[in-house]
Amino acid sequence: MPSIGHLLQTFFDSSDLFIDAMLLTLQLTVVSILVGIVIGLFFALLKISNIKALEWISNTYVYLVRGTPLIVQIFILYFGISGIFLIPDFWAAALALAFHNGAYIAEIFRGTIQSVDKGQMEAGRSLGMSKALTMRRIILPQAFRRSLPPLGNQFIIGLKDSSLAAFISMNELFNVATTLGSNNFDEMTYLLIVAFYYLVLVAILTLIVRAIEKKLAVSDR
Amino acid sequence: MYTREMIHIENLNKSFGDLHVLKDVNVTVKESDVVCLVGASGSGKSTLLRCVNFLEKKDNGKIIIEGKEITQDTHDINEVRQKVGMVFQHFNLFPHMTVLENIIEAPVHVKKIPKDEAIKEAKALLQKVGLDDKADVYPSKLSGGQKQRVAIARALAMKPDIMLFDEPTSALDPELVGEVLSTMKELAEEGMTMVVVTHEMGFAREVADWIIYMDEGIIVEKAKPEEFFTNPKEERTKEFIQTIGLK
Ligand SMILES: Nc1ncnc2c1ncn2[C@@H]1O[C@H](COP(=O)(O)OP(=O)(O)OP(=O)(O)O)[C@@H](O)[C@H]1O
Ligand SMILES: [Mg+2]
Repeated sequence: MPSIGHLLQTFFDSSDLFIDAMLLTLQLTVVSILVGIVIGLFFALLKISNIKALEWISNTYVYLVRGTPLIVQIFILYFGISGIFLIPDFWAAALALAFHNGAYIAEIFRGTIQSVDKGQMEAGRSLGMSKALTMRRIILPQAFRRSLPPLGNQFIIGLKDSSLAAFISMNELFNVATTLGSNNFDEMTYLLIVAFYYLVLVAILTLIVRAIEKKLAVSDR
Repeated sequence: MYTREMIHIENLNKSFGDLHVLKDVNVTVKESDVVCLVGASGSGKSTLLRCVNFLEKKDNGKIIIEGKEITQDTHDINEVRQKVGMVFQHFNLFPHMTVLENIIEAPVHVKKIPKDEAIKEAKALLQKVGLDDKADVYPSKLSGGQKQRVAIARALAMKPDIMLFDEPTSALDPELVGEVLSTMKELAEEGMTMVVVTHEMGFAREVADWIIYMDEGIIVEKAKPEEFFTNPKEERTKEFIQTIGLK
């Protein structure tokens, strides 16, 4: 084990590189969650469409994502996407992560949409609102509120999962840690440092999720 | 004088799986009529009401609204529903919107009425139901009786020709029932055509033009209130009146 002094010294010496890496990690995570929300909403709506073929598509998507390791998905999508389109590595990585997050977010949305009392849909319909309009104006806003805490948790999971983007040469936190570690023949020091960065990020995010949960509980109507 | 038939139902049948809930039901409701639908739990009152609003899909039979036979295939159900307001037992207000937003939602987004005009009309409706001070409040801050009056205002905002009420006071504390019933009574006096599923026999007796007694999916008797309570024709109706008299 490295000594505390050595750890601190290395921590401060490497902070520039790690802070850049942390920003990239955050960017990857934010983009992959935001795109994942769009994908997730789309597949959640397919799932509740009551149309067998669409439900099947949605189920298959979720099944594929849940049934295969993330690293395999990342490699397949990374080589798949960059083999067909010329897009920056960042976007290939972000889309691969979004594809993965989307399945879990689809399940979050499906659950919260179905948790809205069915009287809400009936009230909207009885006023002459179409199903789509009622969905957009009445059901989804309520479902989104309820989705915020689980989305926050998915964000935390997504943040840690983004470390796998290291394997497709993203210079995010984990990649910087392993690279510095092997260059300096000091893997353990850098791994402990990167663990610390993740812990701080997750701690901050956890506080944000808790604050949202608390706010929703207060205004829960 | 000839009065228009607002609702005309012919040989309506509806089953849930093996459960035959409505059996060859025939009902006519004329303009400005207040019809109270009474009967034991599970007799099919809600189902009948919901069929009129197409929240349930009939198996067969005719549903004629204002002279036009309506089917899901030939008519835009959303348009029909604009003429037929519905008030639910559990209010079903939109919890993420203020009282005012609840009321203007459909006029603005379905009828495309300019927002300021819709707000003006909504405020007039709130005044009518005695809640003009609650416009900017969220439903969670209202009592049950207030919620139900907002729900009535919300339905009225679409300027319906017919109002359906499914046990509008059943979820209320006893002391809050009166305020909702008096709002409904006012509406009846203004000439609104109303179909009301209710267990409030006092209201039925006082306000209804007709009382329809349903049992096991069959319309047993339709009579004027006086007749219904004092001189029912059918044996089953007599029994029903006795049981409610015991309460
Ligand atoms: N969606 C449904 N699926 C299956 N069965 C249903 C459904 N809705 C109603 N039923 C059944 O149909 C029958 C009639 O129900 P309905 O709600 O119309 O009765 P009701 O007269 O309104 O009773 P209550 O006074 O309890 O409201 C009941 O046996 C009920 O369990
Ligand atoms: Mg009922």
